[in-house]
Formats: sequence, structure tokens, C-alpha cells
Amino acid sequence: MVEAYVPPVIITAIWAFIGIICPFFARGPNRGVTQCCIMLTAVTCWLFWLCCYLTQMNPLIGPKLSSNEIMIMAREWGNPIKDTMDVTV
Amino acid sequence: MGDMFRSEQMALCQMFIQPEAAYTSVSELGETGCVQFRDLNCNVNIFQRKFVTEVRRCDELERKIRYIETEIKKDGITLPDIQDNIPRAPNPREIIDLEAHLEKTESEMIELAQNEVNMKSNYLELTELRKVLENTQGFFSDQEVLNLDSSNRGAGVVDEATAQHRGRLGFVAGVINRERVFGFERMLWRISRGNVFLKRSDLDAPLNDPATGHPIYKTVFVAFFQGEQLKNRIKKVCTGFHASLYPCPSSHNEREEMVKNVRTRLEDLNLVLSQTEDHRSRVLATVSKNLPSWSIMVKKMKAIYHTLNLFNMDVTKKCLIGECWVPTKDLHIVQKALSDGSAAVGSTIPSFLNVIDTNEQPPTFNRTNKFTRGFQNLIDAYGVASYRECNPALYTCITFPFLFAVMFGDLGHGIILLLFGAWMVLSEQKLARIKNGGEIWNIFFGGRYIILLMGMFSCYTGFIYNDVFSKSMNLFGSNWVNNYNTTTVLSNKHLQFPPKTSAQGIYPIGLDPVWQLAENKIIFLNSFKMKLSIIIGVLHMVFGVCMSVCNFVHFKKFSSIFLEFVPQILFLLLLFGYMVFMMFFKWFKYSATAELQDETPGCAPSVLIMFINMMLFKNTPPLKGCEEYMFGAQAGLQKTFVIIGLICVPWMLLGKPLYIKFTRGRRVSHVNHNGELTGNMELAEGETPLPTGNEQSGGAHGHDEEPMGEIYIHQAIHTIEYVLSTISHTASYLRLWALSLAHAQLSEVLWNMVLSLGLQATGYAGPPMLAVIFGAWCLFTLAILVMMEGLSAFLHTLRLHWVEFMSKFYEGLGYPFQPFSFKTIIDGEEEE
Repeated sequence: MVEAYVPPVIITAIWAFIGIICPFFARGPNRGVTQCCIMLTAVTCWLFWLCCYLTQMNPLIGPKLSSNEIMIMAREWGNPIKDTMDVTV
Repeated sequence: MGDMFRSEQMALCQMFIQPEAAYTSVSELGETGCVQFRDLNCNVNIFQRKFVTEVRRCDELERKIRYIETEIKKDGITLPDIQDNIPRAPNPREIIDLEAHLEKTESEMIELAQNEVNMKSNYLELTELRKVLENTQGFFSDQEVLNLDSSNRGAGVVDEATAQHRGRLGFVAGVINRERVFGFERMLWRISRGNVFLKRSDLDAPLNDPATGHPIYKTVFVAFFQGEQLKNRIKKVCTGFHASLYPCPSSHNEREEMVKNVRTRLEDLNLVLSQTEDHRSRVLATVSKNLPSWSIMVKKMKAIYHTLNLFNMDVTKKCLIGECWVPTKDLHIVQKALSDGSAAVGSTIPSFLNVIDTNEQPPTFNRTNKFTRGFQNLIDAYGVASYRECNPALYTCITFPFLFAVMFGDLGHGIILLLFGAWMVLSEQKLARIKNGGEIWNIFFGGRYIILLMGMFSCYTGFIYNDVFSKSMNLFGSNWVNNYNTTTVLSNKHLQFPPKTSAQGIYPIGLDPVWQLAENKIIFLNSFKMKLSIIIGVLHMVFGVCMSVCNFVHFKKFSSIFLEFVPQILFLLLLFGYMVFMMFFKWFKYSATAELQDETPGCAPSVLIMFINMMLFKNTPPLKGCEEYMFGAQAGLQKTFVIIGLICVPWMLLGKPLYIKFTRGRRVSHVNHNGELTGNMELAEGETPLPTGNEQSGGAHGHDEEPMGEIYIHQAIHTIEYVLSTISHTASYLRLWALSLAHAQLSEVLWNMVLSLGLQATGYAGPPMLAVIFGAWCLFTLAILVMMEGLSAFLHTLRLHWVEFMSKFYEGLGYPFQPFSFKTIIDGEEEE
């Protein structure tokens, strides 16, 4: 299992590369427009991903599922239901 | 970066052109499309300008070309499309050739048309005569009626009077339109008091009217009468009803001969007619090859003469003077065009260009390529930017598709939009040739890059929202696990997973797929999307306010930075920026796995309530075991922020007017002695001198012409508008949440109510039912979710840009640069 902080770091690094390094490679008559577009894309997309990530970081409520759905999840996503005590604390 | 950041620098130039080189020089300038000419002859009537006769010549030529075009279209010949070598404007020799050509062709066409009409009427008469002869066979075959036909004068054997004495019947034969038959019969009955006997037989095949070419149904009639007077009356009635009379011999042999005669004549006429048609087609075919290029040449010629009419003729008649706006970067192109024009005519005296200084506001010119043109049009639709103002279109290229995608976030629909945009972009060469696709197609095609980008961003936001046609994708493994045992699961209809024990990690990219299955999905998503909307909104607005600094720096209004920008940004950041900060802080602080009780989810305060309490200096007592504030210094910090925000309001309200008042006072202090003189005169009238003195001896600065009262009022309006807009625009960004919720719910409803029925169908009828239902689901998806929701999101994004973003810094009081360009003239006329 990877550490918890690895995915955010990787994704931030990717958008940072796109937003900060890539503009230097822009060429052509529309260089300014291209650079501006790349930087704006990186900023907006990274911000969008960040908000989604932070919302799920410390969720205040959990999903409410029907028993059918729980059983399907258990079978398809590999978390079989156990017969031991409920872990609720 | 200077491309689209602000509009280009323009220069007002004067051109001095030799009259003989004028036509070619203006032709070269039209090809380049870089200059916008000003009308120097505003007060001259259109019909009194110098080149009016030439314009009339062009009008004549255009009329001839139009006539020939209609004739070509009548014959169904298609005109070839000129795409690549668009011809240049013709030089004088070519103009004379063109005129001669068109004159010859037009007169030929008119002559052919006239001949054709004549021949066709002849043909019609002969055909009717033949029909009369054939159809009256039945009337005369029984008896030999003496041929008392009124048009027969040849056989002078029988005296008409004696024939009538003998009581024989005379007759007239002719053809009449079928509609008129009954009226005709009634009229004959009336005028003859029942003494006329009419026999008629309808013609089955319609005959073509020579003038219009329409088929008309006719009837052959024979009217039998007795007496001379009746004959005249009948003839008059026939003329009145437009019936054509024909000589019809009564004897059988004569009739046979006449029929044969008529038949041969008809065949000859047919031959001539078809030969004429062939000739006409040949003429039209040869002309049609050259016609489009002639048409363009004439259009260019006319445009050149219209432009030359804007020039001023120098008093000494030595040269033409024109004034024009030219982008500074294109001055060398204009120089080259002028020298090319002079060289083409072989003139020894060169034309030259003179840049003049002016205080007038130049037109706004943004150089766009095919990608940025769509976005620039979106901004220009609201208002053309003032000269050298910062251009929001540059940022709109990305923020517009992004905000659209926040509202449209669905990977499936995003792919549909992306494919549509990609198809239009990849085949744009071919699709650009479609001339009459309709207004809606032109709009979609013009915005193909916008649609492409909207599709790409929608795919991204759909991936983050984890929504593909209302289903989620489990790519990285869900992080919510079930910790209930079997009996609990089986005995409870619904179970909610507590985050403390069931949440095991964070889904790396996007929303966890479990949420799509959850019943309380909307509660979770609402919180997420609302916060997202406010965060995006506040950042967008802060960006807008910061753009005003660029404008202030460029126009050298440095005082406005301190008097307008600083209080505005402080107000926005300290209040709404702080709210964004609270959102982020809340995301980090409250966790289900926290040790302290005041950090557990039960104690998480509502950001909105905290904000309201902050503004109203109120306190709500927290729940037991929880704290009211999120961090220690929050109370004091909030009070400070609100107080600074309140101070910003009078700062915005009074800062600029007071500054203007002080600077005006200082500027006119050294011309006070002038003001005193007038001031004394006005004292005599009982007025106070000082304020009026300030206004009269003001400088060239625009503001100095405005009275102080107006400045205060303007600033008050701006301040109230800004303060209220911070609240209302921030709330307005919540439409990002609302539309994305509506989209997701519509998508889910469509799946659950339409496609599920097909997927759950059993038995042999299942597959065809699924096929039909899938078709219906596709139709609804495209019509409602892609088209309707797409247009709706487009509109709301446009509103967010125009109102919430651009009202922070945009003036938009410019006028667009409309250069004299043949390309725009020809394209514009083709659209009509």
C-alpha cells in the first residue's frame, strides 16, 4: 500500500509540470496565447481536483446503502461480509 | 504576450495618392485589408461625390450579371465555385472588356427570350388550331354545313345575305380557357336570347402559356348562330373572354388539308424552338464559366469606387487625400501596398503615408486566429473593449469551457460533445465551403473550437465527478468498506457507513464510486459542490478585480490603484476570501477519527452561519462539548476583518472624489487672476465666484468638465454597486452547483426510468424491446441532456463571464475596427 500522501503529491506534481514547465516550450506566432491557456488550464484543473480530494479527506457523513447494494459491493469489490462483531466504534 | 492581452495600437494616417494611381493603390489596400478609411466628405451628398458615375457603371454591370445569373439558374446550370484564385480588381482595359462582354451577352439573352416568346405564341396558336380542327370533326361530320365562317372571305360565291335568308347556320370556332367556359356560355345565351347553339369539347392535355410557361386547360367550342348582328355580338363576346377564334373550313376535305398543313408547320416550329433552346444553353454554358469571377471583379470595383468617394480632392487637384486608421504593426504593409499601386500604373510620383497625432479614440482591433476568434466574438457581443483596455477574451479561452464543464460534468455527454467538436474542427476545410447551411449551422460551426474545448473540459470534470451517464467507474478501488456482519446486513433494509470505521483512505482522483449508489448522495454532493462553486467564484472575481490594476497602470491612473483597487480587493478578500479560507480550514480540521471531541463531525459548524454571525457581530452558543470557533484567534480576527471591510466602504465612496477636488484646486491656483475677473463679474449677479472659476478654467482632462456633484454621485453608484455585487455575485456563482445537480439528476432519471426498463426486460421480447428503448434513451440523451442542458450551461457561463467577471474591470465603450477588406465584402455578400 502506498502512503496516504503519495497520490496528491503525484497529481500536484503533474499539474505543476504542465502549468509551470510546459509554457516554456510554447512556440509559434501565438506564443503568448498558448502560454496563457496552458497555465490557466493547469490552475483550474488542479484546483478542481484539489477541492474534490479535500472534501473526501475527512468526510463527515458516510454513504447510506441498501442491503442489496452492500452485498453486491462485498462480492464485486472484494470485501466479503464477515460473521464477526460489527466494528462500529 | 502582447497578442491578445490588450487591443493593438492604432495610428491615424493621412495618405496622399496620385489620381492616376488611386484606383490601383486602393485595390492593393483592399487586398491586404489593413486600413479603415474615414469619410472626409460627410457633408457632401452621395450623388455629388467625385466617383458617382463610376459607381453607376458598376451598378449597371451588376444588374447585367444578376440578370444573366437568373437566366442561368432557370436553366439549371450550376455556377462553379471559386475558392482558390479569387481574381483581383480589374484594371481599366479589363473593365472595358468586361463591359463589352456583358453587354453582348445580355442583349443576346434578351433577344433569344423575345424570340422564344414569339415562337411559343405561334406554336400555341397552331396547336390550338389543330385541336380545333380535330375536335370539331364530330360537329360537322353529319352534314355539310355551308361554310359561313366569319373569317372566310375567299369563297365569294355564296352571298352571305342570301345564305342567311335561306336560314342556314353560321358558326365560329375557337378555343377558350376552361375556367371561362360557363361564363362564356351564359353570356352568349344572354346576348342572343337563346338563339346561339354552343358545342364544346374539353382538351385533355394542357397547353403551355408562352409568357409564363404555366400549363392551362382549354376547351374547344363551336358557336352556331344565324344572322349578321349575332355574328358581331358573338365576336365581341369572344374578345371579351379572351377566346381565340380560328378559321375552320366546314368541308371535310378542306379540313383534312388544313390539318396536314398545320401539322407540318408545327413540326418546323418545334425544330426551330429546340434549336433556339440549344443555342441559348450553349451561350449560357460558356458564360457561366466566367461569371463568378466577373461577379467578384465587379464587386471589388464597386468597393474601390465607394472608398475613393471617401477621399478628399486636394485644392490644387494634384492628389487625393485620405484619412485612415492603421494598426501600427501593419504600417509597413500599407507602405508596400501604396508603392505597389503606384508601380502598377507606372507613376513616377510616389504616394506617401503620414502618421498624425490625434486625441480621438481609435477603433479597437484584436488580432485573432481561428481559435481565438470565437471567444473574442463572445466578449464583443457584450461590448467592444475600449481602446487599449485589457482584453478578457484571452482568459475566456480557458475559463469559459471550464465553468461550462463544472455545470455539465458528465464523462459520457462530454465525449459526445468532444466528438462533435472534433469532427467540425478536423473537417473544417470541407465544411467551410457550405454556403447555405442556415443560421444555426453557422453558429455551431463558428463556435467549433469552443465546443471542442467544452467537450474536453467536460470529460475531465465528468471524470472527477465520476459520472458516466449517471453511473460511476471504480478505477482505483473504493475506499469505503463494510464493517457490519452478516446478520446486521441481512436484517436491515438500509445501513449507513460511519466514516470513522468505514472510510479507509481517499480516492485519489475524483469522487469515490460508492457515492453513486448511496441514497444520501445528494447531501454529500451538495456540500462539496456548493463549496466548490464559492471557491471558484471568489477566485474568479478576485482575478477580475486584479485586472483593473493592469488597466490603471496602462492608462497611468496610479491614484486609482490606491483609491479604488485597494479598498475593493481588501473588501473582497477580507470578507469572501476569508469565507473560502474557512471552508478549507473546516475540511482539514474536522475528522471522524479525531481524538478531541470538538473536532468530531458532530461539532463541525456551518460555514454560512459563521459568516453571517461574523457580519452581524452575533454569537450562537455551540452544542455541548463543542467550540464555537474553529481556531483560537478566530473571534478577534473576524472582528478586525469586518471593521477593515467597513472602513473600505467610505474609502471607496469618498477617496476618488476628494482626490479629484484637491487636484483641481491645485491645478487652477496659478490661473486664479484670470478667474478673478470673471469672478467679479459674476459677483455682481450675486453668485459665488470660486466654484464656477474652477470649472471654467479647467484643463483638457475629461473629468474637469464634470461638475463635482456628478463625480460624487458616480462614485456613490460605483461603490454601492460594488459592495452589493460582492454578495450577489458570490451567491450567483452557486448556479455552478445548481446546474450540475440538475444535470446529474436528469441523467439519473433518464437511466432509471428509461434504459433500466429495457435492461431488465426478460423473455423473448426483451432484446427488441431493449433495442427500441435504447433508441429512445439515445434520443432523450442527445435532445435533453446534451442539447438543452448544453445550451443552458453555455448561457449561464456566458452570464457569469459578462456580469460577474467583467463588471469588476471592463469598460467596453470602444468601437470595432472594420478594415476595408475585399475578403469581408465578398464573404458578407455571399451570406446575403
